[in-house]
Amino acid sequence: MRWGRIRAIAVKETIQIRRDTRSLIIALFMPFMQMILLGYGVSLDIKHLPVCVYDREGSQNSQALLKHFQASEYFSIIAVLKNYREAKAALDSDRCRIVIAIPHDFSQKLSDSGGSTVQVLADASDDNTANIAIGYAQSVVDGFAGNLAVAAQGFGGSPAMQNQGVDLEERVWYNEDLDSRNYIIPGVVALIMALVGALLTSLTISREWERGTMELLISTPVQPSEVMLGKLLPYFAIGMLDAVFCLVFSVFWFHVPFRGSLFALFFTTSLFLVVVLGVGFLISAAIKSQVGASQIAVLVTLLPTSLLSGYAFPIDQMPPLVQGVTYVVFARYYVTILKSLFLKGSGLEDLARPVLAMGIYALVVAFLAGRAFKKRLD
Amino acid sequence: MTEVAPKEPAIEVENLVKRFGDFTAVDHVSFQVERGSIIGFLGPNGAGKSTIIRMLCGLLTPSEGRAIVSGIDVAKDPETVREHIGYMSQKFSLYGDLTVMENLRFFGGIYRVPRTILPERIRFAVTMAGLEGREDSLVSTLAGGWKQRLALGCAILHRPPILFLDEPTSGVDPESRRRFWDLIHSLSEDGVTIVVSTHYMDEAEYCNTIALINRGRLLALESPTTLKKRDLGGDLLSVECPDIGKAISLLEGQPGILDIAAFGNAVHLLVDPAKVSCHDLEGRLTTAGIPVERIGSIEPSIDDIFVRMVGENSPQGGAG
Ligand SMILES: Nc1ncnc2c1ncn2[C@@H]1O[C@H](COP(=O)(O)OP(=O)(O)OP(=O)(O)O)[C@@H](O)[C@H]1O
Ligand SMILES: [Mg+2]
Repeated sequence: MRWGRIRAIAVKETIQIRRDTRSLIIALFMPFMQMILLGYGVSLDIKHLPVCVYDREGSQNSQALLKHFQASEYFSIIAVLKNYREAKAALDSDRCRIVIAIPHDFSQKLSDSGGSTVQVLADASDDNTANIAIGYAQSVVDGFAGNLAVAAQGFGGSPAMQNQGVDLEERVWYNEDLDSRNYIIPGVVALIMALVGALLTSLTISREWERGTMELLISTPVQPSEVMLGKLLPYFAIGMLDAVFCLVFSVFWFHVPFRGSLFALFFTTSLFLVVVLGVGFLISAAIKSQVGASQIAVLVTLLPTSLLSGYAFPIDQMPPLVQGVTYVVFARYYVTILKSLFLKGSGLEDLARPVLAMGIYALVVAFLAGRAFKKRLD
Repeated sequence: MTEVAPKEPAIEVENLVKRFGDFTAVDHVSFQVERGSIIGFLGPNGAGKSTIIRMLCGLLTPSEGRAIVSGIDVAKDPETVREHIGYMSQKFSLYGDLTVMENLRFFGGIYRVPRTILPERIRFAVTMAGLEGREDSLVSTLAGGWKQRLALGCAILHRPPILFLDEPTSGVDPESRRRFWDLIHSLSEDGVTIVVSTHYMDEAEYCNTIALINRGRLLALESPTTLKKRDLGGDLLSVECPDIGKAISLLEGQPGILDIAAFGNAVHLLVDPAKVSCHDLEGRLTTAGIPVERIGSIEPSIDDIFVRMVGENSPQGGAG
């Protein structure tokens, strides 16, 4: 491997990117568009969530509170239950996502101490919905009287529901604004990186085949690995630039908190870029037409990343078989890492497993890409 | 790097075969090229010229046979062969979205021309191609002749001892073609071995050796002078008349007419002198209402030899 050749290719590729409108649009404009579209467009905020109520007191106060729930656009009360067994059955059968239970001493406590508790029983297996629902319940209760508290309880499908108590604070703190955007944006970053990276590189080899320049290039002593490195270096730089842009945009425009370490972010982003660029390069080497290659690149990155990475649809809610498939979707690891970095403030050491998985992926893809194209016409 | 012994030929090809599926594009071709000489591949479309050149550059794997370039077996060590060759593909393949200088610097980098001598080599290439003052023009904006000369300039940046030029002058104006051949000759004088393919018969005269190729077969391998002395098996007559098509359809297949072909505004006829004479022909044409402007016996050109040999090699075996 010769640095001189790698540099010659990298310089050439950079000049070509600079003069190619399409590449520039993908590299510079698409991240911005995607951020806006996905940041504003996709909202997981819940409307008219089916709920059951269990009013243990049956007083004027409790009825008034339930009317509040009914009036709220977040909830629709679909059934009134008579006991906890019914509550559990309703949750288990997915008839409703949460049960609002008003304790028997609701009014008593309210008049005694000026504060009382409302229980929210949620299906804890649906993290995301439960969290958002609990947050909404809190806001409804807040609207009823300033000092009502919501005590959340989760069921994981286990019969011992009482022991499955989930602390509201604990469950919700990593997304305290209960803004579904905070939950989405870190995943959007992954989506953008995957799409931009694979789309740009999917063109590099196929363009040379289409324009006939490849025939001359492969008649020279250049090595396939030199071609790969030289071609991917400029795209790596663009990817990193886009990553910085996404971070700045997320934090300063969408006000998504970033709590983790920047080093961890850039380290894992590098790994992810290696995988994404390598995949795009592999596609480009396999498919000799630009249009075909870019379509496959979109298919291979956008689809699994948007559906199976857990960026918007929590993986633990997927059927077991699909959950198994997500382990193959490399974006899954990056999304996990991004969400932890943004919302939980985890460090690299907490993320050992997804980082390792991405590292292995990066090595394998780089290895394959290095020998992806043959210096042959037949 | 292997030093080639002085007497060793630059290229040795033995029974080279290339099949695409069950189609044989190159059929048992053998030849040798002396160092410093120019060999011209002459043949109609689809003859297999490009396929042979690509095999010699290690771009296609031969189905059978052996190719030794610069003393190295191409099949065994294509990478080393690639250090020793320069290649101009049939389709223009420099980067159109790069400038003249950027292309030259790119190939200088790819061929690892030392940085101390690269500027001088680039200057030489620019001067050779007549591109002074256009160093910063995008290559896609250049006219054909310039593009071809620049492609040649890029191919010789690393001073390869062997050059493969696949139809370097196709689609270029005659003045540029002539200039290009001057360049080829000066390279050859410097000891560079040149393999060049062409459609233009007149260019064949510039080569030391002509390889006549048709349908994957090597029909002749000799100097232009020897080739022109070939016995065609009859006398060659040229007839100039206004309606060439009519003349051909009148005479084709007639007794004594061995071969007939249009050459610009004339018809070339290969005739059996015992059966057909000029006088007799002129009479026949005039009777048919075709006025003859000029008729006479001519020396065969490479073109005539080519048409005759290709005709004999065609499936019909008749006129070409
Ligand atoms: N990759 C390929 N697959 C199948 N057939 C091919 C392939 N490359 C060339 N051929 C066929 O092999 C034959 C020889 O092609 P080649 O390009 O060598 O001819 P050529 O003499 O260079 O012709 P031209 O003057 O048109 O360039 C043609 O019939 C062509 O269709
Ligand atoms: Mg050809």
